[in-house]
Amino acid sequence: MAQALTRLKESPSQTAGPYVHIGLTPNFGGIGGVYPTDLGSTMITDKTKGERIGLRIRVLDGTGTPLRDALIEIWQADANGFYNSPTDLRGDADPDFQGWGRQPTDMETGICTFQTIKPGRVPFGDGRLMAPHISLWIVARGINIGLNTRLYFSDEAKANAEDPILARIEHKVRVPTLIAERQGDNYIFDVHLQGEKETVFFDS
Amino acid sequence: MPVDAGSNRRPETGAFFQRDRSWHPPALTPDYKTSVLRSPQKALLAFDNTASEITGPVFGHAMLGELDADLIHNFAKSGESAIGERIIVYGRVLDERGVGVPGALLEFWQANAGGRYRHKKDGYLAPLDPNFGGCGRTITDADGGYAFRTVKPGPYPWPNGPNDWRPSHIHFSVFGHGFAQRLITQMYFEGDPLIWRCPIVGGIRDKAAVEALIAVLDMQSTAPMDALAYKFDIVLRGRRSTLFENRPEGN
Ligand SMILES: [Fe+2]
Repeated sequence: MAQALTRLKESPSQTAGPYVHIGLTPNFGGIGGVYPTDLGSTMITDKTKGERIGLRIRVLDGTGTPLRDALIEIWQADANGFYNSPTDLRGDADPDFQGWGRQPTDMETGICTFQTIKPGRVPFGDGRLMAPHISLWIVARGINIGLNTRLYFSDEAKANAEDPILARIEHKVRVPTLIAERQGDNYIFDVHLQGEKETVFFDS
Repeated sequence: MPVDAGSNRRPETGAFFQRDRSWHPPALTPDYKTSVLRSPQKALLAFDNTASEITGPVFGHAMLGELDADLIHNFAKSGESAIGERIIVYGRVLDERGVGVPGALLEFWQANAGGRYRHKKDGYLAPLDPNFGGCGRTITDADGGYAFRTVKPGPYPWPNGPNDWRPSHIHFSVFGHGFAQRLITQMYFEGDPLIWRCPIVGGIRDKAAVEALIAVLDMQSTAPMDALAYKFDIVLRGRRSTLFENRPEGN
């Protein structure tokens, strides 16, 4: 016998269920007066530095139907590639940009809309730069454990080509599942939960 | 921004422990029918955390309203309160090393005492309680501790099998220090016979993992003549030490 490793197990995940709005976006869900605003609903102010962009994200089920009861959170670096986080020791992030957003999918269209700025490049562990990207976390009824993925940008082809995470995707035909298409100031991104175009989800 | 003001500890920047996915419910759990068309089928892309996963936003106690952690009153008319069994839910947010997680944002939501949610999609015949909204939030203290007051939610039937009922439960969203720690789970109540009949709970394969989601009655933490108490600890992914990592700080 040796000493025991005294480790706890992570609490098991359970689905966010159909009423996730009550807890995470109550004003959107029709419960007013408890919180002044829904947390994460506004990401930028006039003072935030960087190129203004919109994200139009849908989450599609195995039949291609958009989910109308999903919730998406995003996390990203500022325009210079710094995270506004105590665990980013590299430098001072833009104080006018938290970098975190939360939005429900529209109950009719299934479109999830974020107004944010385009992130700068963040270094990978070995010092190479990753391509600009936004981390996504998706929860909904029927999703037992939150799904992690990234949104990359179609107008960053050169950076995408040298991105160390995209490079790890064995089947190159799946790389485009992580690249949002630029249309004007907006990026269009469809997340496919299943099927031929299934998005690459992460275990990281 | 310091993680815990008053301490001069440097923030930890290590990667998170790998997630034990056999401990969590898998994506596809056919007895929970909605998972069938919403579960990814291809292998996940595994990689060690980068800065994008290790980092996360800070939520300050200043964002909290006075009644945010009191569901009995935060939606009630002045002088009134929600109907139901009054309970205190308390516990700690820890990581897998057993270390308390200070500054974690906890958001919770639930049905009222009759099992009805204040949501336009919920048509269950149990009535709404005009004094109950069903949402609350708090931020853990320096030791990872938290507490809130609410009423015990009722069980409710739901369209899955012909006669499936959810056990009484409170939904929890937990935001620790890194985006890769993000977790949503549900808290159940000790002794509820519906726990072991629930297809959503049943997606968890290990009985010990289910038991980790069952809050225990704690008669020492009650508010006498006021509220019963349930203890519910939550565990987030642990963090590796950076002592022996030879890569640039913060990456
Ligand atoms: Fe529920």
